[in-house]
Amino acid sequence: MSAPLLAVRDLAVRYRTDEGDVPAVRGVSFVLDQGETLGLAGESGCGKSSIAGALLRVLPRGTEVTGEILLDGEDVLAMKPGRLRAVRWTELAIVFQGALHALNPVQQVGSQIAEAVEIHGQSLTQERVAELLELVGLPARRARDYPHQLSGGQRQRVLIALALACNPRILVADEPTTALDVMVQAQVLALLEQLQQELGLAMLFITHDLSTLTHVCRRIAVMYAGRIVEEGPSEDVFSRPAHPYTAALAAAFPVIGDPAFRMRPSGLGGDPPDPRAIPTGCPFHPRCPVVRDECARTDVELWPVADGRRAACVRVLDGPGAGTA
Amino acid sequence: MSVRFVVGKVLGAFATLAFVLVFNFFLFRVVESNPVATLYRGRNLTDAQRDELTRQFGLDGSKLEQFVRYVEQTLQLNLGRSYATNRPVIEEIWAAAPQTIALVGVATVISMVIGILMGISAGWRRGTTQDRVLTSTSMATWSTPDFWLGMILLTVFAVQLGLFPTGGIEDPTSGATGFAKLLDQAWHMALPCLTLAIAYVGEFALVMRSSILDVMREDYLTLARAKGLRDAQVRDRHAVRNALLPSTALIAINFGFVLSGAIAVETVFSWPGLGLLTTEALRGPDLPMLQGLFLVFSASVIFFNLVADLLYPLLDPRVRYS
Repeated sequence: MSAPLLAVRDLAVRYRTDEGDVPAVRGVSFVLDQGETLGLAGESGCGKSSIAGALLRVLPRGTEVTGEILLDGEDVLAMKPGRLRAVRWTELAIVFQGALHALNPVQQVGSQIAEAVEIHGQSLTQERVAELLELVGLPARRARDYPHQLSGGQRQRVLIALALACNPRILVADEPTTALDVMVQAQVLALLEQLQQELGLAMLFITHDLSTLTHVCRRIAVMYAGRIVEEGPSEDVFSRPAHPYTAALAAAFPVIGDPAFRMRPSGLGGDPPDPRAIPTGCPFHPRCPVVRDECARTDVELWPVADGRRAACVRVLDGPGAGTA
Repeated sequence: MSVRFVVGKVLGAFATLAFVLVFNFFLFRVVESNPVATLYRGRNLTDAQRDELTRQFGLDGSKLEQFVRYVEQTLQLNLGRSYATNRPVIEEIWAAAPQTIALVGVATVISMVIGILMGISAGWRRGTTQDRVLTSTSMATWSTPDFWLGMILLTVFAVQLGLFPTGGIEDPTSGATGFAKLLDQAWHMALPCLTLAIAYVGEFALVMRSSILDVMREDYLTLARAKGLRDAQVRDRHAVRNALLPSTALIAINFGFVLSGAIAVETVFSWPGLGLLTTEALRGPDLPMLQGLFLVFSASVIFFNLVADLLYPLLDPRVRYS
């Protein structure tokens, strides 16, 4: 069997701060194959964006990243600087969140796209920029605009065009629809979905919005406190969560037209744990609605729930049909 | 950049200048007692002579009349006559300005380039030994009084080692002309210029360093790195360009202070520029000369502030289009 396109093994990220180390990611493993779509969901601060940064090693200087990130079997974390720069954007590219400051405010967007093309030694840059902008549904003349002249949705399209500049095989979308209007969100999602299928891209889609993932991704992984707590086919995970945290996350998004949601909107109490003081046992137990005595003591790991599904909750050990939803 | 924006800024500059003009007049009327009596102390003047001198100095008539005359004359670029030399103030200033512009201009450009480069390398490598050395050096030179530094350099390099002349702008005995004369002047300028450059470099370095730190965590730098740019490319193409924006104002204002910036250092090195002129005028006090110098100094600061205001939109597209 050949190596998968992207295999992440036991990835851990620790930020160094003045107040001590912060473990943002604590042992995450997943596999992404050619043309596959994997969704990564979780609240802010659960470590999902740190994973995106770790994949291309663009986290702040001094951040400790351990584990393995195997790109076609080659460990990104062990690459020499020259090799790493060559791999960046040509093998794996990131769609950054466009509502913030991912684009340089004093450069025309076209030249920011062109820069990526030129760095990796392709010629006919201007034609390529026009082609990319048209691919994401923007007129080519927009290349001469500055970021502040574009709307949020347009900026997000530019960032998608930018990510596709060097024909990467893997696209990492890091909260690409956050802070956009609902209508624009739907357009951007549809565009990403369409491009993923047309170009046969492998896509890692990172968001806090579980319902978005079920549309875009075939498989999803739910993260809590720096670890994956549940993974499986997206429809199954969303409709029949095996982990109480997934259930709470799924319930936080209303099903339009379902009267039960209108009568009883649900949400999860409490806050995500401080990464510097993660609770013992199952880190979710202080907020868990179905907590048991043993939860504070048991070290949970991803146990199989069903075919292709795993969850890190002691309840799955009770046997089939022990779902919490 | 709209015409309205430019016109607004230019009008604003003129309004400031007008204020300075008025302020300048009253400032010197407040401190003044009776210059005729001060300058001719101990001499026997007849009343007629006294009146004649008072008229010559433009001190006859009421304050209002004096003010109207002052404004009229200033608008015609007539800044009065020096008490000390009896030559027109504007001519004295005009004769001294080139030496100051050469000295302080060169020092400002040198310290600006070196300071900005220091700030970039310190900020980009924040927390390293390199950063600590550069930052503490900047702090130290910035807080050093320039006349003190000038005297130390003068003592060591001119008096003890004899490598440089002790003062003045050229060797009056050499009689050199053309390029040789220019070389002689550059040699005379070296020490005062070095003094000023050391005094200025820290400010540029510290401001640039903090601007770099402000942009360090911006997402577009992460994106640039993720695209596969080298560290130096990320720094030069993305970080520096954005970090230079807030420094533009500082740079422009520093050029505004070129004319007035070296009063102490010019005095230490007897450099015949506006600074030395100011010191000499203070001794008198040569009030028309001081009044004229103050006006020229203020006008220069106002002018370069205007340049900064007009330059900013050219550098930052967000200001240009809003």
